[in-house]
Amino acid sequence: MTDSQSATIPAPAPASDREPLLRVTGLTKHFPITKGLLRRQTGAVRAVDGIDFTVNAGETLGVVGESGCGKSTMGRLVTRLAEPTGGTIEFEGKDITHLGVGAMRPLRRDIQMIFQDPYSSLNPRHTVGTIVGAPFRLQKVQTEHGVKRAVQDLLELCGLSPEHYNRYPHEFSGGQRQRIGIARALALKPKMIVADEPVSALDVSIQAQVVNLLDDLQQELGLTYLIIAHDLSVVRHVSDRVAVMYLGKIVEIADRDSLYRAPMHPYTNALMSAVPVPDPRRKERRERILLTGDVPSPINPPSGCRFRTRCWKAQDICASQEPPLVTAATGHQVACHFPENQPTPEATPEATPE
Amino acid sequence: MFAYIIRRTFAALVLLLVVSAVTFGIFYLLPRLAGETTDQLAAQYIGKNPSPEAVAAIKQNLGFDQPIYVQYWHFLKGLVSGAEYKFGPDAATCHVPCFGYSFKNHMEVWPQISSRIPVTFSLAIGAAVLWLISGVATGVVSALKPKSIFDRLSMGIALAGVSLPIFFTGALLLTLFSYQWPIFDNLQYVNFTDDPLMWARNLVLPWISLAFLYSALYARLTRAGMLETMSEDYIRTARAKGLVERKVIVRHGLRSALTPIVTIFGMDLGLLLGGALITEQVFSLQGVGFYAVSAISDNDLPRILGVTLVAAFFVVICNLLVDLLYAAVDPRVRLS
Amino acid sequence: MTDLAKPAGEHFLSVRDLRIHFDTDDGLVRSVDGVSFDLERGKTLGIVGESGSGKSVTSLGIMGLHRSKRARIAGEIWLDGEELVGADPDRVRQLRGRTMAMIFQDPLTAMHPYYTVGQQIVEAYRVHHPQAKKREARTRAIEMLDRVGIPQPDRRVDDYPHQFSGGMRQRAMIAMALVNDPSLLIADEPTTALDVTVQAQILDLIRDLQQEFGSAVIIITHDLGVVAELADDILVMYGGKPVERGPAATLFEAPEHPYTWGLLGSMPRLDRELQERLVPVKGTPPSLINVPSGCAFHPRCPYAQLTGGRSSSELPVLTEAAPRHHAACHLPSAERHRIFTEEIAPRL
Repeated sequence: MTDSQSATIPAPAPASDREPLLRVTGLTKHFPITKGLLRRQTGAVRAVDGIDFTVNAGETLGVVGESGCGKSTMGRLVTRLAEPTGGTIEFEGKDITHLGVGAMRPLRRDIQMIFQDPYSSLNPRHTVGTIVGAPFRLQKVQTEHGVKRAVQDLLELCGLSPEHYNRYPHEFSGGQRQRIGIARALALKPKMIVADEPVSALDVSIQAQVVNLLDDLQQELGLTYLIIAHDLSVVRHVSDRVAVMYLGKIVEIADRDSLYRAPMHPYTNALMSAVPVPDPRRKERRERILLTGDVPSPINPPSGCRFRTRCWKAQDICASQEPPLVTAATGHQVACHFPENQPTPEATPEATPE
Repeated sequence: MFAYIIRRTFAALVLLLVVSAVTFGIFYLLPRLAGETTDQLAAQYIGKNPSPEAVAAIKQNLGFDQPIYVQYWHFLKGLVSGAEYKFGPDAATCHVPCFGYSFKNHMEVWPQISSRIPVTFSLAIGAAVLWLISGVATGVVSALKPKSIFDRLSMGIALAGVSLPIFFTGALLLTLFSYQWPIFDNLQYVNFTDDPLMWARNLVLPWISLAFLYSALYARLTRAGMLETMSEDYIRTARAKGLVERKVIVRHGLRSALTPIVTIFGMDLGLLLGGALITEQVFSLQGVGFYAVSAISDNDLPRILGVTLVAAFFVVICNLLVDLLYAAVDPRVRLS
Repeated sequence: MTDLAKPAGEHFLSVRDLRIHFDTDDGLVRSVDGVSFDLERGKTLGIVGESGSGKSVTSLGIMGLHRSKRARIAGEIWLDGEELVGADPDRVRQLRGRTMAMIFQDPLTAMHPYYTVGQQIVEAYRVHHPQAKKREARTRAIEMLDRVGIPQPDRRVDDYPHQFSGGMRQRAMIAMALVNDPSLLIADEPTTALDVTVQAQILDLIRDLQQEFGSAVIIITHDLGVVAELADDILVMYGGKPVERGPAATLFEAPEHPYTWGLLGSMPRLDRELQERLVPVKGTPPSLINVPSGCAFHPRCPYAQLTGGRSSSELPVLTEAAPRHHAACHLPSAERHRIFTEEIAPRL
C-alpha cells in the first residue's frame, strides 16, 4: 500500500521559490454507509470529493465554508489523522498520502495541528509543562538546556508566563488554553501548522489576542499556516490566499484581497453578504443575498454544479455539467459556469484547466 | 427497524452458539488438556470401583472416544433434535432439548432444569418489580432534593443495601419474620396457578432480601442519571414552555434517565433468571440456582453445562429484548 | 425607551437594579449585579457581552428560569404591569411560554431527543390551552412550522429533532416559542451554533415575525454584528454589570465606554478596509467571585490611569452621555469623546 518510497522523487524541480510546501491533488475522502442485513455498502458520505490546492512556504491559506463542507476533514487528511480515499498529498515534494504511522513520525515534527476546543484538547490530568513538553519526549528530541527550559521559552513565546509550567489546564481561561495548545504545536519547530477553527470557541476580545499571536509567530518563525474557519472576517484577516469550500469541493480559491473585493463564485458572494456587520445603518442599504434552503446532503450531492440547487443564476448546464476549477483573468480559480464580477463581459478568460 | 431486529436476533443466536462452544470447551476440552483421560470421564457415570468393561462401554455409548468437535456436534444436534443413549442393555431417548444425562442421578438434565425454572422466575420477576419501583422512586426523589434529609438518609440506606450480602440480609429476615415472629413461617414454594396468595406469601421474604440489594443499586443509578438529565438543555426548554415541574420531571427528565437503567435492568434480570444462587440457598428454594449449586458440588459436568447454557440463554435473550426496547424508546438508535 | 425616570410599571418590560447572585462553595458569584432597562412592544433590545458577562443569566432571571436553590434574586422585573421578582412561582410559570417565550443557542440539545418536533410544539400549546384537542393542537403546530418556513410541514411535524438540519431545528424552536403568541421573545444566542447563511435566514425570520406579531424581543449575543442587524437599543454588559446602554445607531457610531471600543477593535470586519493588526482588549474577563474593585473593567482598561485612581476605588454608575445614551465610566465625557475621535475611530 505504501509505495511512498518510489513515489517520492518529484520531477527535479529547480530550486525555485515557487515550489509549494504542500501540494494537494484530487484529494478525496469518502465515508462508507452500510445498510440492511448484511451491511452492504450502499453509498458514501463524500466529505471531501476531489480538491486541488497548494500552500507555499511562509504563506497562509485560509479555508472557509459552512459546516459539512468538508473543510475539517480536509485538515485531518492533510495532517494524516485520517486516511485519504484518493488523490495525493505532497509535502516538500514527498508523497505522504498513504504513509504509515511509523513513516509519518518524522513528518509529524514538520506538520502540527491546533484544534478548536481549548477545553477538550488538553489532558486535564497533565501539567502545562507535561503537555507542552510531550512532543520533545515523543520525538526524543534533545534540547540545549533541557526540556523544562525549552518549554518555558515556548510559553513565553506564546504570551504565557514561565511560572505556568506546573499548573493544570483548568486553571486557565479559554484564551490561555489556546495559547498552551499553540505552544505545544510549536515545540518541535514545525514548518506548517494546520489550525482548525483556532479562535471560534473564544470570546471576541480574546479572539483578537490569539489572531495577533498567530500573526507574530508566523513573522518570527517563518511558519506556513493552513487555517480552517467558518468566520469569513477572521479568515480575511489572517490569510494571504483563501479557498472557499462547498459540499466537498473547492468552488473558489484566490488571493485574499481580490477574493474579498470581487468574489466570483455566487456562493462566495452569498457567504459574504450573509455576514452580519456591526453597523446598523448598513442593514438598510445593502442588498443581501439570502440563500434558501439547506446545504444538500453530501451522500447524494446534486449533479453538475453542487451549488446549483441554491443558486439564483443556475441554468440547465449547471445540472448537467460540473464546472471545473479554472483560472479566470482575475487570477481567481473559480468553479462556476456563470461567475460574477468578471473583469469585462467580452474578455471572458479562456478556460485553462488547473 | 425490521432489518435492525433481524440483525440483532441473528447476533444473539451467534452469541449463544459461541457461548455454548466455549462452555463445552471448558468442561470437556480443558480437563483433557489438563491430563484427564476419557476413562476417568466415563468412570464418573458409574460410581465407585468401575470395571474396565463398563467404562469402555460408557465411553463408546457417550462418544467420549471421539474427537472433541464431533462430540460438540453431537451435543448441538441433541439440543435441536434429541439424542439416543444406550446404557448397558436399555436404550434411552433424550428429548429435545437434550443436554445429556447427569453423571450422578442418570436422569435427563433438561427436565430437571425446566421444572425449576418457574421457581426462579417467580423469585426473579417478583423481586425485579419490587426493586424497580422502589429503587427508581427513591432515586428520583433523592435527585430532586439533593442533599436533603431524604436524600442523605436514602443514600445511606442504599449504601448499606449495596454492601450487605444477601446471605446476611436473608438470614436476618428469616430469623426475625420466620422464627422470632412467625409471620412468614413454613416457607415452601407453591405454584402460582395453585394458590396465588400462598405463592406470594411464601416468596415475600426472598423478594425483599433480593430487592433490597438491587433497589439500593438502582436508587443510586437513578439518582445519578436524574441529576445528569435534569441539567440538560431540553429540561430548561420544557420549563420555558411553562410546564408544571411534575411534568418536566416525569415526561422530560425521567424518560431519558430511565433508558440506561433499562439496559442494566435487562442484564440483571437475565442473570437472575439463570438462578439466584445465594437467595435460593438461603431460603431453600428449589430453583435453577439451587440446582446449579448442587451440580457444581457433585462435579456433574452435564448438569453444570446445562445450567450454564440455560443461564446464558436468559442473559442473551434479555439483552436482545433490551436492545429492541432501546430502539423503540430512543428514535436515534433506529436510524443509526 | 430607556427612560428610566418613568415608573417601572408603565413600560411593557422594566428591569430595575436586577441582581442575581449564586452561593457556591468558592464564594458568592455575582452573575448579574445591578441591571436596569426598559423595553416596549415591537422593539428589540440587544444584550451584548462575553462569556460570564451575565447576559444569559439576566434573561433566565426574567423568565424565572435561573432556578437554583442557591440563587438570590433582588430588584424588580415588571412585565406588562406585573411584578415578577416576588411573584408566586406558579404565576410566573403560567406566564412562561404564553406571555414570554425563549429560544436557545443550540437547538439540538434544547429539544428533547425522544419526542417528535410536533409532539414538543403540541405540548407547548396545550400547556396554556388545556381545553384544546390534540388534533387542534397538531393543526396549530403544522401551521406554526409552515409560518417559520419549514417545507412540507405536515410531514416534517412527525420527524424527530435529529432528522432536522441545524437551521430547520432553530426554526422549529422558534415555532415552539411562538405557538402561544407571546408578547416577549427572548433569544439567547439564537444563531451562534448556525452557519452564516443560515444565521442570515434566522435573523430575517425573527425580524419578520416581530413585525407580524408586534412582540418585544430581547436578543442576547456576543456578536456585535448580530445586534446591529436586529436591535433598536443595545445594552453592553461586563462582569455582571451594564457598562453602556443606548440606541443602536449612536452606540455603534459613537460608543462611549472603553470596553465597547475594545470589542469593536477586536473584531475583524468585512465592511472596512483590512487593518494591519487587530487591537485586542488585553487580559482576560474578570472572575465573578472576585470582581475587581471600582470599575470591573479597570484592570484591562488602557485609560484607567486617566481617572486619577477613581477607576479602582469607586463604582461608576450609568450616566447619560448623549440623549438616551448612558455609559458607566469615570472618564469625563469630553475626554472620552476626544479619545474616541482621535484614537479609536481612525482604526475601526
